[in-house]
Amino acid sequence: MKAILKINQVISISILATSLFFLSSCGAGENKENKANELTGEISIDGSSTVYPITEAVAEEFRKVQPKIKIGVALSGTGGGFKKFGRGEIDINNASRPIKNAEDSICKASNISYHEIKIAYDGLAVVVNPQNDWCKDITVAELKKIWEPEAQGKITRWNQIRKEWPNEEIHLYGPGVESGTYDYFTEAIVGKSHSSRGDFTASEDDNVLVQGVSTDKYALGFFGLAYFEENKNKLKLVALDDGKDDNGKGPIIPTTETVKNKTYSPLGRPLFIYVNSKAAAKPEVVEFINFYLANSVSLTMDVGYIPLADDELKQEQQKWQDFISTFSDAKK
Amino acid sequence: MSKRNSINRINDQVFKWFGIACTIFGLAMLAIFLYSVLSEGIPRLDWQFLTSLPSRKPENAGIFVGIVGSLWIMGLTALIAIPLGVASGIYLEEYGKKNMIASFIEINITNLAGVPSIIYGLLALEIFVRVLGFGKSLLTGSLTLSLLVLPIIIVATRESLKAVPNTIREASYALGATKWQTILYQILPASAGGIMTGVILALSRAVGESAPLIVSGALIYTSVIPSHPMDDFSVLPIQIFNWLSRPQKGFIVNATAAIIVLLGITFIMNGIAIYLRNRWQKKIKW
Repeated sequence: MKAILKINQVISISILATSLFFLSSCGAGENKENKANELTGEISIDGSSTVYPITEAVAEEFRKVQPKIKIGVALSGTGGGFKKFGRGEIDINNASRPIKNAEDSICKASNISYHEIKIAYDGLAVVVNPQNDWCKDITVAELKKIWEPEAQGKITRWNQIRKEWPNEEIHLYGPGVESGTYDYFTEAIVGKSHSSRGDFTASEDDNVLVQGVSTDKYALGFFGLAYFEENKNKLKLVALDDGKDDNGKGPIIPTTETVKNKTYSPLGRPLFIYVNSKAAAKPEVVEFINFYLANSVSLTMDVGYIPLADDELKQEQQKWQDFISTFSDAKK
Repeated sequence: MSKRNSINRINDQVFKWFGIACTIFGLAMLAIFLYSVLSEGIPRLDWQFLTSLPSRKPENAGIFVGIVGSLWIMGLTALIAIPLGVASGIYLEEYGKKNMIASFIEINITNLAGVPSIIYGLLALEIFVRVLGFGKSLLTGSLTLSLLVLPIIIVATRESLKAVPNTIREASYALGATKWQTILYQILPASAGGIMTGVILALSRAVGESAPLIVSGALIYTSVIPSHPMDDFSVLPIQIFNWLSRPQKGFIVNATAAIIVLLGITFIMNGIAIYLRNRWQKKIKW
């Protein structure tokens, strides 16, 4: 009999605990005033971890204006997000690269149309250790020579890249092959997405790469510019020369300006959000995207990315307005 | 003293010191980990941190959503996994016949305990989220974690049932008790200590998981505190995972502070379970 009593106790404790959750959760939402223009509804967002900080910042500010709209952001990565987007499971996908043809045809097959909005830029910084006094700039061709698949096991010393550089081993650091950053870098430098040598130190966590390059005199690595900005004293930027003079002559250091005006090429990449047009029929989503665009400049800078130039932002706003107006016309 | 005898004594001493060294190694690692986490995270722990919603500014960000989500997940996982796991263990050990099928099931359960947790997330995404339509809710999350920890609970239950001497079963039958009575009044109370230990380990693991939940669509950002099992949610390990990968130093500090809270929750939960286990065990006098 005693054993049964104990089981009863356990059950009652768990019921008590559950009801405590209910009580605590009921209390949280009551102190909000009811404004006339307040919208309700839910917005479901998924996608890239690179774009996430911007969307988080926008959602945070948006909840001050529209506290009743529930926004949930998940983190399946750009590709994982597009899979859900193509099934109509989410309203908005955060993407650190444009949608691929295969993903686009999945959307078409399941009758999903969408609108692409460019919201910011991210620079990929090529970095070396501060003690490295020889590598101040590098050309795209040299980077290709280092990173292409054929370089594996062959290009192993600094002086193989440029004769005057020291005869020392080169140690490479880069983001994990599952990341959008890796895809973008390989596409821009090697010329083929997802293709590079395999013998480099890879980590999904860019802070690990920062740690690696900052403690290794012969290191060369690449990752998002924001990670350099936060660790300026531990790393040294390498200027990049794409060999084309029409978009800035000679080696160029990534800064807010050079990424924004596209002279830091080809390692400045645009970041996107994709909006499902069914979702764009919902007033809360329209309100959210309007807010997103209106505040993207300051919020983008807050989280360490590079905002669109004014005219570009106006263009995106115009395209968005056109999109929702044609869309609402079609509905009528 | 013969030569052989003295060699044995030396071996004895060597093994003793080897054991001590191993223990110290483990404890030292734990101490270093605790020191680094506590020294970095404690200054960040305050009421604001515990009760705030996610924010882009590390100093405004908090873990309220994560704490509530983790408590929900823990409670629901316990409600689902403990009855299922313990009942399966009892069936396999006390009722099931020992034949080929039984050993096949046994091998499979042991193997399931070794499956990477992210696989459970993929399974959950297809079955719970899509086929059954539970969405990315607390229910989906806790069902996923229940699957993940079921093998641990089943194996622990079976091991502790095995440890109950057969003489107890026979004595109970001799007094005219049925099989169910024997299990309920003799076997279960006697093995409750071991079962509870298994349950503690299982729930502690569930509370620390992030990968299967991220795959099945749990949120990173939400401003909504979940109030019933069909609500969307986030948990502490996901918040920690997200913060650790951010460039700003402030988020890393936030992550360590959140780790302290997660450690605290696990610690309190284990404390409660150990207390219950000790009360249970005192009742057994043969």
